[in-house]
Amino acid sequence: MRATLMSYFLLGLIRFLTGSQARWWGCPPKAEQRIYFSNHQSHADLVMIWAALPKELRGRTRAIAARDYWTKTPFRQWITSAVFNVIYVARDRSSDEDPLEPLFEALDHGDSIILFPEGTRGHAEEPQPFKAGLYNLALKYPKIELIPAWINNVQRVMPKGEVVPVPVLCSVTFGAPIRLQADEERRVFLDRARSAVIALRDV
Amino acid sequence: MYQSLKNLTASQQVGALFFLVFGLLALITAVMVVLSLREPEDDAIALQRRNDLDNAEGVLRTSWVMVLVFWIGWLAGDSVALVLFALVSFFALREFMTLSPTRRGDHRSLVLAFFVVLPFQYWLVGTRHFNLFSVFIPVYVFLAIPVASALANDPLRFLERNAKLQWGIMVCIYGMSHVPALLLLTFPKYNGKSAFLVFFLVLVVQTAMVTQHLVSRKLKRAPTAPAISHSFNWPSWGAGLAAGSLLGMALAGITPFMPGQAFAMAFVACVAGTLGHLVMKAIKRDRGVPLWQNEGRATTGAGGLLDRVDGLCFAAPVFFHSVRWYFGL
Repeated sequence: MRATLMSYFLLGLIRFLTGSQARWWGCPPKAEQRIYFSNHQSHADLVMIWAALPKELRGRTRAIAARDYWTKTPFRQWITSAVFNVIYVARDRSSDEDPLEPLFEALDHGDSIILFPEGTRGHAEEPQPFKAGLYNLALKYPKIELIPAWINNVQRVMPKGEVVPVPVLCSVTFGAPIRLQADEERRVFLDRARSAVIALRDV
Repeated sequence: MYQSLKNLTASQQVGALFFLVFGLLALITAVMVVLSLREPEDDAIALQRRNDLDNAEGVLRTSWVMVLVFWIGWLAGDSVALVLFALVSFFALREFMTLSPTRRGDHRSLVLAFFVVLPFQYWLVGTRHFNLFSVFIPVYVFLAIPVASALANDPLRFLERNAKLQWGIMVCIYGMSHVPALLLLTFPKYNGKSAFLVFFLVLVVQTAMVTQHLVSRKLKRAPTAPAISHSFNWPSWGAGLAAGSLLGMALAGITPFMPGQAFAMAFVACVAGTLGHLVMKAIKRDRGVPLWQNEGRATTGAGGLLDRVDGLCFAAPVFFHSVRWYFGL
């Protein structure tokens, strides 16, 4: 109950501040299993994509969040698990477990996921080089569509170190699905995926 | 007919006015629906007509929303009207700021603009502090915003960045807040009818702008400032002013003005509105966008609101101050 209220509150807030517009450029909003991957510049990115998705997709689409940061306080943990139903991943390689294991579980379960392949928030105009996770997922799940997305303007809403957000219109542009080609090398694929995201900036 | 209208109470008169406006809008909407059903013979004409219809539909939708806003504001009382206009200000400013890239150092100034200046300005309207209301933004905010920016320690394009912010505040907050201020202006023997004054202002300015647009399409004169506007030229501007002012004179009955005064007041408002619209076009050209809401680019707005209200934002303060000064209110 409280989680539902919170989700409506956040949805309202993010729409009021950013308009949270979705632009389906290369694919329609379809209720099928997908992996969305996008640039990452702000904590609000997760909420932005989540708010931009239509209601029927929102429930089945789960974002990836770093376990160490997002479970640090009870409130952070509650908001990421009860409200957003995120998939926690470990950033440090202390355990023997494959860090992608929770993602496999979610995908096997039929959920769509939101991935920020840079691994961390960037500050430059263009996203940093992508990490290998996206490639590994593409390799293991060749049937699932990989949808690039560009989140625009969110970094202006709340730059790092500020606490009060400023209202600026933001948008999420979803591009055409890409696939891992036969015998495509890891670096080549990751660079191609990265340029697919960057290309959406100017459409 | 006229006598029986005259005998109604103020609120009944305003009610009748809304009835009329809603009827008119419904009629136009019906005509548009019929027009959109018609099948044209050839494709080029069809495309042209589709574009025209889309444009007209956009204007119509905004008109519906604006009239609804006015109506709800009138029904629910002054404070709700104030909140509604404050929201219009907020969304217009959000649009303005979206298309005027700011730097990190502007963050605090932006927070001030949205969450301090905007509410305070509308609070001043609500409490009828009209003297402070008139100078708060042009004097105090004008000086305070650069201080906040300077403290952010970023000298790059400092003057330009502050100018952008101040323009946004001036147009979207200062200009817009004068519309509800008209509602609260008290004329002797004109109680409860201030809604007419707002209606008068919106209608004459809108008429001037629409007439100017239509005349320039028929006249096909060379534009005066082609790099900024393809439709602005002196003859059609004159036609727009004439239409707006004459309509103003015809509407003198619903205002506290004599017909001559109504003509002059409408004229002042139309000059400010049409030229203000031109200025906003120049700002848009500088940003390289045809509309504040721009489908073709990554940053899109929630509806090009500023395109529809920019004329009003310029006309309202000039009209407000002319009225106040002339009648010594």
